[in-house]
Amino acid sequence: MSELTPLNCLAPGNAGIVRRLLFQGSERRRMLDLGLICDTIVKALRKSPSGDPVAYEIRRTVIALRSEEAAKILVECMSVGA
Amino acid sequence: MMRLRKQTGRIENIKSVFEVETGSPDDYVIALAGNPNTGKSTVFNSLAGLNQHTGNWPGKTVNYAQGKYVYEGIQHILVDLPGTYSLMANSADEEAARDFICLAGPHATVVVTDATCVERNLNMVLQVMEITDRVVVCVNLLDEAKRKNIKVDLAALSSLLGVPVVGTNAREGQGLNELKEAVYQVASGSKKNRPIRVVYDQEVENAIGLIEPLIKDRTGDEAPSRWLALRFLEGDNTAFLAYKNLVRDDCKEKSDDLATLSSESSSMLGKQMEIDDFRDRVVGSLVKLAEDIGGKTVYYKNEDYNRLDHKIDSVVTSKIWGIPIMLAMLGLVFWLTIQGANYPSEALAAGFFWIEERLTQLFVWAGWPDWLYGALVLGVYRTLAWVVSVMLPPMAIFFPLFTLLEDSGYLPRIAFNLDNFFKKACSHGKQALTMCMGFGCNAAGVVACRIIDSPRERLIATITNNFVPCNGRFPTLIALAMIFIAGTSGPCQSILASLSITGVIVLGVVITLSVSKVLSKTVLKGLPSSFTLELPPYRKPLVGRVLVRSIYDRTLFVLARAVVVAAPAGLIIWILANVQVRNTSILQLCAQALDPFAYYLGLDGYILLAFILGFPANEIVIPIIIMSYMATGSLIELESLSDLRNLLVYHGWTWLTGVCTMLFCLNHFPCGTTMLTIFKETRSKKWSLLAFLVPTVTGITICFLVAQTARLLGLV
Repeated sequence: MSELTPLNCLAPGNAGIVRRLLFQGSERRRMLDLGLICDTIVKALRKSPSGDPVAYEIRRTVIALRSEEAAKILVECMSVGA
Repeated sequence: MMRLRKQTGRIENIKSVFEVETGSPDDYVIALAGNPNTGKSTVFNSLAGLNQHTGNWPGKTVNYAQGKYVYEGIQHILVDLPGTYSLMANSADEEAARDFICLAGPHATVVVTDATCVERNLNMVLQVMEITDRVVVCVNLLDEAKRKNIKVDLAALSSLLGVPVVGTNAREGQGLNELKEAVYQVASGSKKNRPIRVVYDQEVENAIGLIEPLIKDRTGDEAPSRWLALRFLEGDNTAFLAYKNLVRDDCKEKSDDLATLSSESSSMLGKQMEIDDFRDRVVGSLVKLAEDIGGKTVYYKNEDYNRLDHKIDSVVTSKIWGIPIMLAMLGLVFWLTIQGANYPSEALAAGFFWIEERLTQLFVWAGWPDWLYGALVLGVYRTLAWVVSVMLPPMAIFFPLFTLLEDSGYLPRIAFNLDNFFKKACSHGKQALTMCMGFGCNAAGVVACRIIDSPRERLIATITNNFVPCNGRFPTLIALAMIFIAGTSGPCQSILASLSITGVIVLGVVITLSVSKVLSKTVLKGLPSSFTLELPPYRKPLVGRVLVRSIYDRTLFVLARAVVVAAPAGLIIWILANVQVRNTSILQLCAQALDPFAYYLGLDGYILLAFILGFPANEIVIPIIIMSYMATGSLIELESLSDLRNLLVYHGWTWLTGVCTMLFCLNHFPCGTTMLTIFKETRSKKWSLLAFLVPTVTGITICFLVAQTARLLGLV
């Protein structure tokens, strides 16, 4: 398995596959309910004007996540264009 | 009254807990569930029309709408549950939706889904199907899907899920009859669903197998025991408790064995896996099944289907254009509101004055006493007329414009653009939207706080909403800025006035953010908090629907509450101004009593009293000041700004009085309508009191500091 990157480090335009969630309890449940389970593909779409939050495409929906939360989602980067 | 699954103990309990108003025991109760942004409320509105009203969940701050329609001669009571992503009870909304489906046992539950992202919505559908068999899936927004070249195979979806699936385009009213028919068939039992069962992995199934019989033992066969077992294993026993207490109160004697059951399940689970891990597997299975079904039933003919959305987003949320476009949009809305409201306001005022003359004639003709005429016509009627003519036009313009932005999907982008500022203040980006709404009316702004799903941030937004000057306070601010900051003449007047108004707004925003931060670090520290912000696809707003909704839901709602507080206030003001004690009116006595304190704030007794008497509606603050200075017995308005300036200066106003009045106007207790709304929304005396105190104390502090500093420095 290649190295894992926190989601907030993913540059806009790139995608990653969710491998681990560092949340616990109810925060974790909220993330799961957004469809963020293991093996889900997440694509960073764009940053807001001040750089945070960042909009991600998760299961055909656009969800904005703050950097603190995105940092707790570990993804495996997909090669660009994949 | 609700008749449900023939359980005697249950009916009475449900009736008292869920305030479902049914006409006869034969009515069908239909729950409407679904994710946010699926057009659920459009489906609700299209089915129920104007036959609806909103209520609160008992003891909770979750609001739901109830409506009804008749189909096949049977009345269907429609209950619109809060839009949620899941039923796992992560928030008050989810708990409320879950409790209703599970405990109230509606005859049918319609799950509304968005045709452009069926797969994601299926998660919710599957969760509902775990609780009840009586499900109808409504695939809404088919027109959007068509536009994006997405095809949903409804028949295949129905056979895979084992429940009826109806495609609708609720905004145009398409598919509603089919939906009603499907609901009727499920509710009446003429169609038996065979819903697909979610199969979990072996370990989870083993755990369910051990716990489910124990649950069944305690709740009876009617209960969704498999679902209750799952929740129990997740460490969430609220569902089981609620079910047991509400539905099977006859088994209360067994209540002690909850502990047994709890420890049994946790010890058994503990051997194998952590609760978080367990939950991962449960949700994982749900999502994978949804993915699987979605893959077999939804066809994206054009993978680039949301290219237009992305294009728009790349402009309206871009680093360079995002904030300027937002400011331009909001500026346009405010400009249209302020400019556009002038004419109808004048026309309304003229109309009301005409009626007042007729009322006067009536009183003279009937020979009714003067005091009655004064109290009713000059007091109650004139205040009411004033409030309506000043409040109604701006709201009737502002709310539709705002709803238009809301419907198009642009508003969440504002929250996205500004979230970083709010994050630094420990609050939610959506607070930007409730603040915008507050510019129209703080009461509506407080209602808008419902869109914030995290309890702490919602309270912060509610308590601080008043720091945004509403339509009722703008005229006061503008008039005072013109007189005391810009001067009544000269070429720079309007520029200086605009700048000072902008300054006031910026100050309001700065105070909002600072107070938000203080609140979240102090009184609201312990409350749970979360951030999720969905950026839904853009949609073409339907102008007609927007008009109806914004006029009904917002304008008339706010106006009705304002009228309720303004009428008695008009009477009180008239009495104060007209009842004399030793040749001085009570109003003057009160003002004199307040004077020493008001002086410290850079105001005078009359100004402070006007703010207190202006509690029902901020619009009448300046008229009350004029009334008391001119010692007339009823509200009046002066013809021109320079008349007003002369009157104020004659009564000792300096620039400092002007500035302090503006500051106090921005920072003081919310008006009566807003207070009433805050109480209804929070259902808490404590938070309402806090919402009253926070701006008041802020205003007193700021005015005191400004006035004393100016005096110390000898500026006045």
